[in-house]
Amino acid sequence: MSPSDEPILTATGLHKTYRASRSLGSRARVSAVDGVDLTLAAGETLGVVGESGCGKSTLARLLVGLERPDRGEVRFAGRGLGRARGAEARALRRRVQMVFQDPLTSLNPRLPVLDLVAEPLDVHRLARGAARRDRVAELLELVGLAPEMMNRYPHEFSGGQRQRIGIARALATEPSVIVCDEPVSALDVSVQAQVVNLLAGLQRELGIALVFIAHDLAVVRHVSHRVAVMYLGRLAEVGDVSTVYDAPAHPYTRALLSAVPIRHPRERDPDREVLGGDPPSPVTPPAGCRFHTRCPLAREVCGAETPVLRELGDGRVAACHFAETALSRA
Amino acid sequence: MSVPDAPVLRVRGLKVTFATPRGPVPAVAGVDLDVAPGEVVTLLGESGSGKSVTARAVMGLLHPNAAVTADELSLAGDDLLGMSPEQLRSRRGRDMTLVFQDALSALNPVLTIGDQIGELFRVHRGLAKRAARAEAVELLRLVGIPAPDRRVTDYPHQFSGGMRQRILIAMAVALGPRLLIADEPTTALDVTVQAQVLRLLDRLRTELGMGVLLITHDLGVAAEIADRIAVMYAGRVVETGSAADVLDAPNHPYTEALLGSVPDAQAAGGELRAIPGTPPNLLALPGGCAFHPRCARATDVCRTDRPGARPFPDARTAACHHAEELRRVAL
Repeated sequence: MSPSDEPILTATGLHKTYRASRSLGSRARVSAVDGVDLTLAAGETLGVVGESGCGKSTLARLLVGLERPDRGEVRFAGRGLGRARGAEARALRRRVQMVFQDPLTSLNPRLPVLDLVAEPLDVHRLARGAARRDRVAELLELVGLAPEMMNRYPHEFSGGQRQRIGIARALATEPSVIVCDEPVSALDVSVQAQVVNLLAGLQRELGIALVFIAHDLAVVRHVSHRVAVMYLGRLAEVGDVSTVYDAPAHPYTRALLSAVPIRHPRERDPDREVLGGDPPSPVTPPAGCRFHTRCPLAREVCGAETPVLRELGDGRVAACHFAETALSRA
Repeated sequence: MSVPDAPVLRVRGLKVTFATPRGPVPAVAGVDLDVAPGEVVTLLGESGSGKSVTARAVMGLLHPNAAVTADELSLAGDDLLGMSPEQLRSRRGRDMTLVFQDALSALNPVLTIGDQIGELFRVHRGLAKRAARAEAVELLRLVGIPAPDRRVTDYPHQFSGGMRQRILIAMAVALGPRLLIADEPTTALDVTVQAQVLRLLDRLRTELGMGVLLITHDLGVAAEIADRIAVMYAGRVVETGSAADVLDAPNHPYTEALLGSVPDAQAAGGELRAIPGTPPNLLALPGGCAFHPRCARATDVCRTDRPGARPFPDARTAACHHAEELRRVAL
């Protein structure tokens, strides 16, 4: 199924701050997500990339309703996740599921696979008895595991197999959206590809929309239709993967792509731009554009005015005062 | 490449076996390696392949439940296996040093950076405190810490992850080692910071002329700075060669499969060629070639006979019965 234009999930003006540790003073707050607007079309894969501390995991938790935003709203098929109560809230949650990075810590070690995968069925009262068992067998087959394995425990599985169990669990309630937070980064390279192929295949066959959050830019390009680049809690750039990867319009996207390790020694380039410094602390983010302290294109205006996401005419948006300059250099 | 200098590290037939309650685990089962001065050799492999155990065996840092044997294990011509623990200790930190993945746990949280770097100069060189501090400032400058004379009095938690890794590298090169072993030095770092740290390592090996053994699971890291690559699988080196040769035209099916399973940031989609199965359990290794259950080229001989490493004329080795087929395809 190809992605449609109908948004299934919409995030509007999401803000989330956390209290910083006490040693930093009780009033210090970490600005994890700061004004994020996103739409996810039915059946599409939206990649989210950025470095540690950019807020991508917080965004994931906001999108599935595991955290409530301080401001802003997440809507699923037009209905607000935050406002729904009771049966409606449960029904909404059923449709938006999550896959976590480390399946060993996200799966209860005392439950056999049968109960782990059936847990969402129990919570949402979707199947009991023989039907429950049959459904688990079906789900295991869907993710490439033998149904006979349902009586085993998580520690008896390899990392890749555990991630398949995590995916089977997420599929149990027949969701329309799955948010995957670094789903392959804990896996060995040779196993990563299996899980990436599995997710891509499920997305195609079942028409599920995926939010694929990862720090690995190559994996994100591989699986995504569109990509959102985050820096310090804000979106730097959102657009079709090939548009963004081939000609980045935000200087941060450009720096990130330039830092991706090469594939072959012949691509070595001593003149390659390497971004200096580290991302600033999200407790005290820079004023104006949060990237201006490291940006090669920064001018005075960047430290004073926060650039808004604006259309660049090629179906992409970027939050940079000098996006046209950055594009002309790409 | 010119005629290689005498290696700073020479390893022949290294074996490491761990005694565990479930039986002996052959983590390293016969590894040969050479690292020349100023050369970066990358030990490439997945978890459990034995790459980190190899590094720790060279450093003499394995737990007593590990039995280490080798036909040869020498640092700049000196036999490491015959050394007493005291002799080894004096070599570590001076002639051969190790940089870990996790810089925060490798640094002492209650000592300033200046005291930790200075200690090296006080203990090994007998410098007075003030002189040791001055050396520490110079080192911080060498590895690119901004405002080093001010930062030298800071504690580890006051530095970012990338800066801490630079500090560890500073400590590792402080006494001019012949060999630096870096075990996944950039794995915990963000991609932009990783690029900085790799660039630093590359500069230092040229400036200081030290050999570097870089351990990584990341093909991209190897492509960035390796001169030569040794690929490990299930405790053995399955392929060696120049980085350009190995990444261009692998001679071992495992390397070939690994290259095919990694997505490319510069090209769009399609199905990734995943390697079936999982890395083997060292307690129950398959017979013959350990890779044969996952190998697309496996034949009967692969299930019964373990292939030894064979040298080829282009300064490469491969441990595969079908290496010639791969080499022909490459031509």
